[in-house]
Parts: sequence; structure tokens; C-alpha cells
Amino acid sequence: MQELQVIFSGVAQGCIYGLIALGFVLIYKATETVSFAQGELMMLGAFCGLGAMQWLGWPYWLAVPSALLAMGLVGWLTERVAIRPILGQPAFSVVMLTFGIVYVARGLVTMIPNVGTETHAFPAPYKDVSFDMGGVVIGATQLVVVAATAGLCLLLYFTFRYSRVGIAMQASSQNQLAAYYMGIPVKRLNGLVWALAAMVATVAGLLLAPITFVHANMGFIGLKAFPAAVVGGFSSLPGAIVGGLIIGVVEAMAGFWLPEGFKDIAAYIVVLLMLVLKPNGLFGENLRKKV
Amino acid sequence: MSDALLSAHNLSVRFGGVLAVNNVSFDVQRGEVFTLIGPNGAGKTTVFNLISGIYTPTAGHITYNGQHMANVPPHAVAGLGIARTFQNIELFEHATVLQNLLIGRHTHRQTGLWQEMFFTPQTRAAEIAAREKVEHVIDFLDLQHHRDSMVAGLPYGVRKVVEMARALCTEPQLLLLDEPSSGLNVEETDDMAFWIADIKNVLGITVLMVEHDMSLVSKVSDRVLAMSQGEVLAMGTPAEVQSHPGVIEAYLGTIDDVSSLRRDSTKEQRP
Amino acid sequence: MRFIFKTDYDQDIRLAKHGGHVFWYGLLMVFLLTAPWLIEEYWLAQLTFVMIYSIVGLGLMLLAGFTGLFSIGHAAFLGVGAYTEAVLSAQGWPFPLSLAMSAGLSAAVGAIVGLPALRVKGIYLGIATLSFGFIVEEGLARWESVTGGNAGKHVKAINLFGYEASSNEAFYWICLVVTVVCTLAVLNLLRSATGRAFVAIRDSEISAQSMGIHLARYKTLSFMISAALAGIGGALYAHKLQFISPDQFNFLQSIDLLLMVVIGGLGSIHGAFLGALFLITMPQLISLGKDYLPDAIGQAPGLQAVVYGLVLIGFVMFEPMGLYGRWLKIRTWFQLFPFYRKGMFKRQKSFQKSDRLK
Repeated sequence: MQELQVIFSGVAQGCIYGLIALGFVLIYKATETVSFAQGELMMLGAFCGLGAMQWLGWPYWLAVPSALLAMGLVGWLTERVAIRPILGQPAFSVVMLTFGIVYVARGLVTMIPNVGTETHAFPAPYKDVSFDMGGVVIGATQLVVVAATAGLCLLLYFTFRYSRVGIAMQASSQNQLAAYYMGIPVKRLNGLVWALAAMVATVAGLLLAPITFVHANMGFIGLKAFPAAVVGGFSSLPGAIVGGLIIGVVEAMAGFWLPEGFKDIAAYIVVLLMLVLKPNGLFGENLRKKV
Repeated sequence: MSDALLSAHNLSVRFGGVLAVNNVSFDVQRGEVFTLIGPNGAGKTTVFNLISGIYTPTAGHITYNGQHMANVPPHAVAGLGIARTFQNIELFEHATVLQNLLIGRHTHRQTGLWQEMFFTPQTRAAEIAAREKVEHVIDFLDLQHHRDSMVAGLPYGVRKVVEMARALCTEPQLLLLDEPSSGLNVEETDDMAFWIADIKNVLGITVLMVEHDMSLVSKVSDRVLAMSQGEVLAMGTPAEVQSHPGVIEAYLGTIDDVSSLRRDSTKEQRP
Repeated sequence: MRFIFKTDYDQDIRLAKHGGHVFWYGLLMVFLLTAPWLIEEYWLAQLTFVMIYSIVGLGLMLLAGFTGLFSIGHAAFLGVGAYTEAVLSAQGWPFPLSLAMSAGLSAAVGAIVGLPALRVKGIYLGIATLSFGFIVEEGLARWESVTGGNAGKHVKAINLFGYEASSNEAFYWICLVVTVVCTLAVLNLLRSATGRAFVAIRDSEISAQSMGIHLARYKTLSFMISAALAGIGGALYAHKLQFISPDQFNFLQSIDLLLMVVIGGLGSIHGAFLGALFLITMPQLISLGKDYLPDAIGQAPGLQAVVYGLVLIGFVMFEPMGLYGRWLKIRTWFQLFPFYRKGMFKRQKSFQKSDRLK
């Protein structure tokens, strides 16, 4: 019985990883840039939600969409101010810029007096609810994570598959110059993609906050999302979620069955195995330059 | 009959559902200039990539100097004496022309890691020897005033020449030129024709090239192979191939296609 | 404006390309040799740190700047070197031997970390190195019998075949010698076939292969040399701090190393040194500036992170060639005065074109 519980909490954790990985993959698919800032955006999103509820006094159902909007704006602004000017620079420079964003985000949050350096409980309405399913106790927090992730994925799938925006994003990700010529507003799309990625990260943050509390180091969880993205295949959206689930479950099982310390590195061992066996991930594409 | 330097026997390669090269066979004789022609998408560059070891054939094989090329990894191909240029220039952009050419000398390197780290007199001598060889190529192709320029800032015509120079620096027996005159103006193409002739006559290097410019092909080639949609259409001297009906059809279309362009004589004429 | 009239191939092969080089670097060496008598002990210690970080920076610059392989877990090699040195010097090994072992062991780990590099590129390699970084850090923490685990390990002073180099000056000179040797070794590599092979791999792998460069061998070599340099830096680091623990070699340290290399100027040896200088002087500048800022900002724990982040973002956006690039532009401005044109160092924008086949 306990195994099931462990696995389920692994699934819930995996959904969080998957959501953050989804953000990376969105940005990567659209602009072929890698952003290490997703973890920090998640942290900021959680703080936004907390701030709305604790210091503005708003109810949960109002705080969530406002946090989403606020972070969407932050994502769009980040792209506009920091990423757009460096269009055309080698990929590594962009990655370093996102590291800079990580530093700035963490620093700014820890600078807020009294708030930044402490851990806060997140007053979600479903926080203390739990269900007993035949001996397995599942917290509502975990159920909400899984359900919300599933819902969000469906929404994104339909957007990318059937909407013009989604197809335009795919076009600009494969050949920016050609997309420009075709009349696709590439720069505007990039802003939209970053806003979307920030919102996805915020969802992850708001879902995670009741489980792990809100604190400035939340962003480190984002580092584990990278293995999730790699396992799934860096340019595959469903792959990101699947990768996240795999990492989450493996991690939970490692914590339960293996000696101390393996839990922290389980994700990284999995990703190394994946790179050795199937470098392009489970759903990834074959990368080879055509000469 | 002189022995063939390179032969392709029933070469085929398939990418997923696409048969890019289908049962292609040809011989390149020592010391000749052999050209592959054909419309875009015919599979000519794919044949080059097969020879370079970038792709593995799904059927057939290639022999070079009598030796099967089946298990030769891409980096060993240069060591065998085959050098190539690329259709879309693949130079080392953030290095100078001189450094690009010196990299071409890599297969002739004589120093090991530790000798280089301590920069022993042998390393210095090896560097100077490499530089001398590179200077011969620079003189041959008139690249003197571009020696210390960063490749990234050079005009397209010069880059094409640097690409060829780099291939020559490997001291090859067989030189694969992928569209050497694409993007070049008339004068540059003329220069290219002279250089290819010099490469054959002065340096004694066998040349296998892909080309679209028919005047260059006629001027320089000994034999031509026409390909279309991955298959061999015709092989022979330039004149023979250019008058081959199948080749004409591949480039210009059939008589039926052309006739639809003629004005219909039964239509009303202008007053 | 200096025009070098070349009459000899040696002029292009030599390290000092003209008289100016000889003069200025000579002056630098004189300063470094006499530093213990010229500057205070505190600044001497900082200078020692700059040298230690420069050695590590040389390694990372070779890997990332010259071979184009990005390692986001480089602190792992630093840690392996530091711990090897700590363990061996505690057992009484003389310094040159323990240093060689640190370098060798780090190189071996580097070869293993480099294995994914043979199959994957770009961000995948970054993630692989990141993963190795975490695994090594955890390994150092768990292998308590050897490393002392999270409690840390004390490091004895350097033992040079009986002579104990425990004074600051002695340690400074040892670092100076090691730094000079490492720098010369890397410079020599870069002006010979191996260095050119690295650059070739960075700029065009397919082309490098067609020139006969064995990609796997050279990539592994680059990782090994880079790791060895980081190991040497780590060994010196261990002696400098006299106490090491696994959390000093974590992800944040890796990012600091990358930051150092990028701000210094990717693709240049000067960049490694300038970056190290930046990394060590930045906290000093921040502490100096703290007094002029209101308390809410000045005393906040996140200030250093914000400043680092903003500086990094600023450099990537406005000065992608880093500190060395800025120096080159300033020097060219003076040399060409008043004919300096604004766009002289501008590189052509490359629009992103996917390398993916599909």
C-alpha cells in the first residue's frame, strides 16, 4: 500500500517537473533558445499568488488568475527587454542571459525585507483535504496537481495543433528568416511564447506551493525539470510531461527503496542513462545538420 | 586502361521512404576531371556525402584505390587522400584564413599532445613546415592579401576559394568539389576553370565535381555523369551527355511540354 | 597604429608578436614577482585567489570558448582536485606528486564526463555535464570515509619535499609558478595542431571531420585537459581555504565559473584572467558601494546576486565579447584616433535556422 502512495506522490511531483519542463520546451520549440529561468519564474509565480492572498487579501479564485496575468506580463517583458535585443547571438549567450535572470530574480526576492528570506505557508483552500482510497491516503493538493496538469496539456495541445498561432510558432522555430518573409510577426510571437511559458511556470508554482511552502529556493526544483525535458525529448511537448512523470516516479521510488542520497541524484542518473541509450529522448527528433 | 581511383558499384541510399540514390555506378579514372550534373534534388551531393562517409549506403559499395570504403569513418577519409568542399560553405568562421588552411594540414601532423604543450623545437619545425605547404596553396590560389582576415568578414567569392584552398592543403589524391562556381560571377568562374585545370595538370590531382554551369563543365571536364532523381541518366564526354535525349528531357522537359508554350496558330492575330 | 611587417614565419608562431607585447607582459611579470613586497597581505591573498580562479578559467575557456563544449557542472572537477589534494597531503604526499594526482584524477573524471559529448551536442551536453556535477557533488558528500562528508575536511599546508610552505608569500609564489606554467601550456596548445583542431570542432564539426579530425578523441581530450586544469586549481583552492566541504563545489559555483568565462570574454585567454579578476573584485566593489546605498538595499542578502545577474545580463546584451572585447575596442579607438568607426567590431547577425532535420 505504501508503495502506491509513494508512487502517487512521485506522479504529483513529476507533474510539477513536467510543467516546468513544458515551459522550457515551449520556449525551445518556438525560439530554439534554452531558458534556465523557468524555475525562478515558478518561484515568482508562487510568491505572486501568496502576495495576492496574504497582503492584498484576495480570495484564492481571484489570486490565481491575477498571478497568472502578472507573470504572463513578466514573461512578455523579459522577452521584450532582455531576449529580443540579443536575437542573432549564439545560443550559449542566451543561456547565460537566462542565468543572469535567475540571479536577478533570486536576489530581488531575497531582498524584500522579511518576506524573501523566510518560508511561508500557502493558504490554498484545498490544502488540508485528503482522500482515503482503500488505505492509500492521497492529499487533495496532489490530486489537484495531476488534474490541473492534464487539463493544461489538453488546452495547449489543441492550441498548437489547430490554431494559427500554434502553427506560426512552429514555423518560426524552424526557420526564423523564412517566417519573417512569410509575414509571421516573429518578434511578437516570441513575446507570446515567453508569456505563455511564464504562465505555465506560474501554474506549477501555485500547484506546488501548498506542498512545499513558498520560499526563495523553490527555483532549484526547476533544475530537475531539465532532466525531465531531456528524457522526453527536448522538442516534444508531450515528451516534457512524460519525462517529468518518469523523473518524479523514479525519484520517489529511489527515496523509498534506495539508501540515503540517491533520491537527490536519481533524476540525473536517469538523464545520463537516457543520453547514452537514446540521445534524442523518448519523443525527440534526430538532430543532424544537412550539408 | 588505367585503373580507376574511385568506383561506385550499385550505390543506393534510402532515407525513410525516399530513395535518394538508386543503383548508381561510375568510375573515376586517375588524373581526370569527372563531373556530376543533374537538376536539383538529383542526389549529387548525396553521392558526395556517401563518399565522405557522412552517410552509409543502404546498398552497393564504394572502392577507393582498390579498397572498400565500407567501414571507413568520416574522419579517416581525409587520411586516405580524399578532400572535399561543401555546397554551403563550411569554413571555420571565427578563425583566420591562415588558420583554416593550417587545419587542412591536420592529417599530416607529426607532433603529439605533450610535444605541443611544451612547444618543443620539433613542434616549431613542424609548424613552419606546415606553414610552407600552406603558402604554396595560397600562392596557387592568390589568397595572399586575405591571409590574416577573419573568414566571417570575407565576401562569398573569396570564401569559396578559401574552401577549395583548405581542401588542397590536405594534399589529396582525389578532390571532391561541390558546386565550385555557384554564386560566383563570370570572372570568378573563369578563374575557377583555370584553377581546376591547373589542379589536374600541375598538381596531378583527380577531381570529382558537381556542377550546374555547363560552360564550366564543357571547358574543364573529361567525362560527365548525368543524374536525375537519384538515378544515372547518361555517362560520357561532355558533348555526348549534353546531346543525350534523356538529359535534355530532364533539364528542359519533353517536346510536348515545350509545344504548349508555342502560340496557337489558329487563334486570332493582332491587326 | 602598429603595422607589423612580417618577414619570417616565426613571427606568426611566436607568442609575443611584437615589442609592445614583450614590454607590457614583461612589466606584468615584474609586478607579479615583486608583489609580496609591494602590496598588503590582504590584497596579496586576493591576487592569489585571482590566479587560482584563472587556472580554472583557462580550463573552462579551453572547453567552452575554444572547443565549443559547454560544461555547466565544472565545479565538479574543482571539487575532485580539491579533495584529492586534501586527502593526499593529509597522507604526507609531497606537493608536486599530489598536484599531479589531482590533475590526473580530475582528467580521468573529465574523460568520463566527456563521454556524452561524443554523442550529443549543445544543450544536451550542458544537461549531461550539469547532471555529472550534481552526482559528483553528492558523491563527495556521501563518501564519508575518504572525504569527511558534509562535515568538511581540513587541509594541511603545502609540503614541498619536506619544506612546509605555510606563509602567504610562499603560497603566492607557488601559485604564480603553477599559473605561469599552465598558461604557457594552454597558449602552446592553441598555437599548434591540437588547438586548431579544437577551434575546428567549435566552428564546424562536419568540416572538421572532413579535414581528418577525430571528433571523439579531440572532444575527450578537451574535456580531460580542461578538467585537469580545474583539478590543479582545485588543489590550490583547497590549500588556500584550508577547509573544504562539498557544498563549495555545487551548482552555484559552476555557474560562477561560467559567469567568469563569459564576462571575461569567450574565446580568448585574456578573458579567463579578466573574468577571474572580475569574480574576485566584484564582491569587494559591492562591499564598498554598500555604504552609499540605503540600508534596505545595501544590507539585503540578495544584493550580490542581483548585481551579478545584472552585470551578466548587461554584458550579454551590450558587450558579448566580454571584458576583453571591450578592452580591444578601447585600444583600437586609441590606436585609430580619430578614425575609429562605430561598427568596426560588429558581427553579422545570424538568424536562427534550425539545425533539426524535420
